[in-house]
Amino acid sequence: MRMPLSARIGLFFTAVYFGAAIFAPWIAPYGMAEIVGDVWEPISADHLLGTDSIGRDLLTRMIYGGRTTIFIATMATIISFVTGSVLGFLAATLGGWADQALSRFVDLIMSIPTLIFALVLLSVMPVDVPVLILVMGLLDATRVYRLSRAVAVDINVMDYVEAARLRGEGRAWVIFREILPNALSPLVAEMGLRFIFMVLFVSTLSFLGLGVQPPEADWGGIVKENKDGIIYGIPAALVPAFAIATLAISVNLVADWVLNRTTSLKGGRG
Amino acid sequence: MGIALKLVAQRIALSLLLLFLVSGLIFAGTQILPGDVAQSILGQSATPEALANLRRDLGLNEPALQRYISWLGNAMQGDFGTALTNGQDIISSLSGRLKNTLFLAFWAALISVPLAIFLGLVAVRYRERWPDKLISAVTLTSISIPEFLIGYVLMYFVGVKLGWAPTVSTVYADMSLGAKLQAIALPVTVLTLVVLAHMMRMTRAAILNVMQSAYVETAELKGLSMFRIIWRHAFPNAIAPVVNVVMLNLAYLVVGVVVVEVVFVYPGMGQYLVDHVSKRDVPVVQACGLVFAAVYIGLNIAADVISILSNPRLRHPK
Repeated sequence: MRMPLSARIGLFFTAVYFGAAIFAPWIAPYGMAEIVGDVWEPISADHLLGTDSIGRDLLTRMIYGGRTTIFIATMATIISFVTGSVLGFLAATLGGWADQALSRFVDLIMSIPTLIFALVLLSVMPVDVPVLILVMGLLDATRVYRLSRAVAVDINVMDYVEAARLRGEGRAWVIFREILPNALSPLVAEMGLRFIFMVLFVSTLSFLGLGVQPPEADWGGIVKENKDGIIYGIPAALVPAFAIATLAISVNLVADWVLNRTTSLKGGRG
Repeated sequence: MGIALKLVAQRIALSLLLLFLVSGLIFAGTQILPGDVAQSILGQSATPEALANLRRDLGLNEPALQRYISWLGNAMQGDFGTALTNGQDIISSLSGRLKNTLFLAFWAALISVPLAIFLGLVAVRYRERWPDKLISAVTLTSISIPEFLIGYVLMYFVGVKLGWAPTVSTVYADMSLGAKLQAIALPVTVLTLVVLAHMMRMTRAAILNVMQSAYVETAELKGLSMFRIIWRHAFPNAIAPVVNVVMLNLAYLVVGVVVVEVVFVYPGMGQYLVDHVSKRDVPVVQACGLVFAAVYIGLNIAADVISILSNPRLRHPK
């Protein structure tokens, strides 16, 4: 099937952002914490996006910030997916008591708004990158759990799973060789959406001053550092916010395409 | 009426149980760190005496379960203790700020709910034509944009460049309603935009679902006017899903408020919470977490109750 234009645009920009994140030290024109000019210098040939609240090159901060944001979001997505899908598949295959206990516990966690619960947890945790990734990943795993359990429950009653069981295969085989390959496509589409959610989540936390701590840069943190300029008509804080939005929209376009493709492969339910 | 009332009573009982469990989770969430609260407030370099003093003041020497029971008991009587950072009574700071937050959320809801339902209806009326496509494109964009981006973009263009609205939303208790409304114009707009798209999309789906059912087709074949079909046949059946959509989004609104309040320096619950998370003021965080969770659960349960009550099959059992 040909890729629609929107998905190509999305893929292109996603690749640009990831490329910039991976090769940050080679692309960035200055050092990350290097003070190279005056406070909030306007856009010029030396500073393509101007300078920030204490005179660091904004483009450099953006590139390094994107690196942090994308790294944290990716790691948290991986944790969320591994935990959520393994537990979801386990709950679906075990059934009965274990399923009830896990599902009700997940319901309980989901009855508290994620941001509020994350704030409660971060109020007592040391705020550093591993803790952030873990808190975000585990809180979001509840959503992945729900999806993967729902998908796996459907697959679990299929004839080929029954056949595998009768053959005498163990639970690990059923989960990894029967359920996982068939559950992969909805999970992959969901992964894009979870990744966006993570980008927004970590940016929000950093914006609130509870995420990545200075002098490390990340997009939410750059908004926070430069927000005071807004009142004086200096748009520096809008740059990272714009980057967050374009990255999220690009990934969304790709995820949307994957989702459409997988549903049409299955005879198109939606 | 019997069945419906029984179901409603069940839901309310269930939500109280849920709230009880949530309080346990919030309390436990602040106990899971490797050291303890005193250690994390004072940092690694604290002297043993200071640690011991703080532990005694916080009652940390008693077992966790006992502390939880006394915390919950006091909280149910409206006593959340005092803030660690300034020693003020939490409930008195909290109630004023909760009022401010609800004030903000109320106006945002008042604007966004009718607008979303109206636009949802427009999208259904012109399905697969340009108004519908425009609406879904805007929706896709707006769920990808963080609240603070919308906040700062509005602040920059409307507040600073055009000067139409104040960029900082300071409100006092003795301000007139008009002055208050002017102060919160920008945050209300941001909150409206944040929930509008989602609410519109879900309303569209809910009404489309009803419009595709057999009885609407029958009504069409009978030759009824479009207005009569929507008003008499589709609308009563769409109330439950639409109310659900509205309530879910209001619950989201209460959370979105946290970020928007920080952006516009609005003296509400969200700002109070965020301030005290960074100061590691655990009693305040627990109190705010509990209140936010209670509002969130309350709205969800209200959605449940309204959809039960609006279901004619449950209201008039055979």
